[in-house]
Amino acid sequence: MSAQIETSTLPLRPILLGLRRGWDENVLAWLIAAITLLPLAVVLASLLQPQADIWAHLTEFVLPGLLVNTVWLVAGVGLATLALGVSLAWLTAIYDFPGRKYFSWALALPLAMPAYVLAFVQIGLYDFTGPVQTLIREMWGNSHWVPPIRSRGGVILTLTLALYPYVYLLARNAFQTQGRRALEAAASLGLSRRQGFWRVALPMARPWLVGGVTLALMECLADFGTVATFNYDTFTTAIYKAWFSLFNLTAASQLASLLVLMVFVLALMEQHVRGDKRYTASGRLAHGRRERLRGARGALAAMVCLFVLALAFLIPLAQLLWWAQSVAVDQLDLRYFGFIGRSLLLSAGAALLVVLLALGLAYAVRRRTSLASRVVARLATIGYAIPGTVLAVGVFIPIAWLDNRLVEWVHALGWGEPTQLIKGTLAVMLLAYVARFLAVAFEPTQSAMQRITASQEEAAASMGLGRRAVLRRIHLPMLRGGLLTAALMVFVDVMKEMPITLMTRPFGWDTLSVRVFEMTSEGQWEMAALPAVAIVLAGLIPVILLAWHTEKHT
Amino acid sequence: MKFFPLLMVAALAATVPAMAEEVTLYSARIESLIKPLLDAYTKETGVQVRFVTDKEGPLMERLKAEGANTPADILLTVDAGNLWQAQQLGLLKPIKSTVLEANVPAHLRDPQGEWFGLSVRARTMFYNTEQVKPSQLSTYEDLADPKWKGKLCLRTSKKVYNQSLVGTMIARLGEPKTEQIVRGWVANLATDPFADDTMMLKAIAAGQCDVGIANTYYFGRLIDKNAKLPLAVFWPNQKTNGVHVNISGAGVTRYAKNEKGAIKLLEWLSSEKAQNLYADVNMEYPVNPKVKPDPKVAAWGDFKHDYINVAKAGELQTTAVKLMDRAGYR
Repeated sequence: MSAQIETSTLPLRPILLGLRRGWDENVLAWLIAAITLLPLAVVLASLLQPQADIWAHLTEFVLPGLLVNTVWLVAGVGLATLALGVSLAWLTAIYDFPGRKYFSWALALPLAMPAYVLAFVQIGLYDFTGPVQTLIREMWGNSHWVPPIRSRGGVILTLTLALYPYVYLLARNAFQTQGRRALEAAASLGLSRRQGFWRVALPMARPWLVGGVTLALMECLADFGTVATFNYDTFTTAIYKAWFSLFNLTAASQLASLLVLMVFVLALMEQHVRGDKRYTASGRLAHGRRERLRGARGALAAMVCLFVLALAFLIPLAQLLWWAQSVAVDQLDLRYFGFIGRSLLLSAGAALLVVLLALGLAYAVRRRTSLASRVVARLATIGYAIPGTVLAVGVFIPIAWLDNRLVEWVHALGWGEPTQLIKGTLAVMLLAYVARFLAVAFEPTQSAMQRITASQEEAAASMGLGRRAVLRRIHLPMLRGGLLTAALMVFVDVMKEMPITLMTRPFGWDTLSVRVFEMTSEGQWEMAALPAVAIVLAGLIPVILLAWHTEKHT
Repeated sequence: MKFFPLLMVAALAATVPAMAEEVTLYSARIESLIKPLLDAYTKETGVQVRFVTDKEGPLMERLKAEGANTPADILLTVDAGNLWQAQQLGLLKPIKSTVLEANVPAHLRDPQGEWFGLSVRARTMFYNTEQVKPSQLSTYEDLADPKWKGKLCLRTSKKVYNQSLVGTMIARLGEPKTEQIVRGWVANLATDPFADDTMMLKAIAAGQCDVGIANTYYFGRLIDKNAKLPLAVFWPNQKTNGVHVNISGAGVTRYAKNEKGAIKLLEWLSSEKAQNLYADVNMEYPVNPKVKPDPKVAAWGDFKHDYINVAKAGELQTTAVKLMDRAGYR
């Protein structure tokens, strides 16, 4: 497009280009955001219908306790995922120690373990009736001194183990693309490796770290399955109580609206504090120049990684496999090919679509620090903080409305007597996934975008490359790591997703997560282990692909 | 241009005849508990049945949003409260069926004929046989007595089964008395309420507490796997109102496309030949009084059950939830 502008009007060119690009890109950003805005509007519309008596009850008896719980959960999970994710990423990105090559991808594996599954495994293992406490009672007579797993600490631990991979993956991306020169400069100024970490590497990784923690916290705030298994009351509990127990979806949506508004304001504030700092790379990270940890230090590093991996993945997986083998004879049948196939198809389709739209959105807002562009990016990605079932209804209502209008026209035109046209199609399912998971792809993509300097783009443009060519030849190669991380996370998240899949799937389109729902809704955890194991194993595919790709490129 | 509508008509025409006889279900009862029945129905009658499963809340929102264009003919749930709520939202339609009226006792269906129970789920007491003698147990109300301090286990109040139990207690005893009992329960808890009945029953068997309240089929599944568990059923309130029961049941949707087919299916489900299949697959009790429960289930003994209409549970659910919140029962 730039080629169409006369070269003779050279001084005007950047301005024209800027104006035009600004307009296109704003439209692009808002179009992508519209997919989330529609369901969001349905949820927010509830604010127009006051529900005084429910609110009086909630504020007196329900909200005080669970606000405290929610604050604890957010603070605990936020800090713990940050500390765990960053330290593991730093360890595997900068140092070399026995097993590092394996740990560096294996530490992302807990991503494939749904938090609600981890929750029932943890309780099964560590509660009073589980093997650990039973063994302790057999050896010492009682187990009263064992800290209870069904507690605040237990929920925070479980959610941290399930969610730290978001921070880990993004932080590792940051450290790998940060460039060696900054750290070398720090070293030449007399900073130790540790000082270099605190004063150079960490501040430079800020967008990635914030992105990772944002994802962990949004998921934590929207989570119902995990906290319900622990019977730990959070804001989400109140939302579902208002809906399922007090039969008041309006009040539930109002609570969800408050949650969304809080997340929205916090995210904008963080961006404001971050300002328009630049996070571009300086110099490539030289390959094979990791610092070798020898002897005890190397062993310690490996043990730390193994410990986290065992706690978050290996032990729970072993327990799941143990349960699964006990029910496999009755449960495992040919239909599992269908469940797995549909899960993989949906995950792959959604990953592709969501990453593409996230790329579009990140590209459209990449140089914009205006409030409007920040707002549009935040709105487009807020679906991840809305409790799944509430969002599912938000998605379903406009689609059903549109479908009803289409059906009316078809009737009026005498083209037949259908009852549904777009509803119950895969296209609708994929759009619903976009509304939920755009954030998951946007955070890594946007962070990766920060590494590309304006001058790189300008240089490319001045060499006569069109915008699409710039995107293909400058952005895509430099964004590869971020985009792959994004695709991996969306893939795995869709695999685990329950409420939207339940509500929008066509007849007979059961997936692995639908199977998990079927079993857990009747409290049959052991039976749920079989589809849960299948989810975890299918989730390994992209994790291993990503690892293989990263090894090849570093 | 003319080709497109033609194509649409052809495509639709191809799908319409197949759907004419078909019955469509929205089901909160999970696949493994309904599919064997529906398959048997198809085999017997040739009528195809298709269904989707989800939680009650989303299924009702779905019916509401779809309005007259809903594909669903039947809404099936696992408790009476949600059927009552569906009725309030105008999602169901009253039907007249002498077969259903004969097969389903009056207190297990809606007086207006908008929904019908298809199986009975008894919510009773369970105790650790090594720590408690059945003679020490009597009523749900008695579990509030200080003698059970630190010995009671309960499932969370967020589960509709407990909301229905407390709802019917309110109907019988009034709010102040019920609140006093619930407060007593909370004071007697040995540990935080559990997320599900199975976890709770395991805790009783392991000796974390002595006694608790659960649905019988969870117990059935547990002892099926391990017959030696020191866990037994107790039927409370036998001298007063009887054991609290709930239903899984169904109603015909307001905009059912195949109302006749839907009624036929419900009638079949309540019939003698289907009732055993319906109840036994999950160790529940048949609604049809002519049908005996599974021998395994019958072995737990006969009991008198509460004859209050299960619709009361729905009517008083909100009141019950608020009461439990006030009493600090999580």
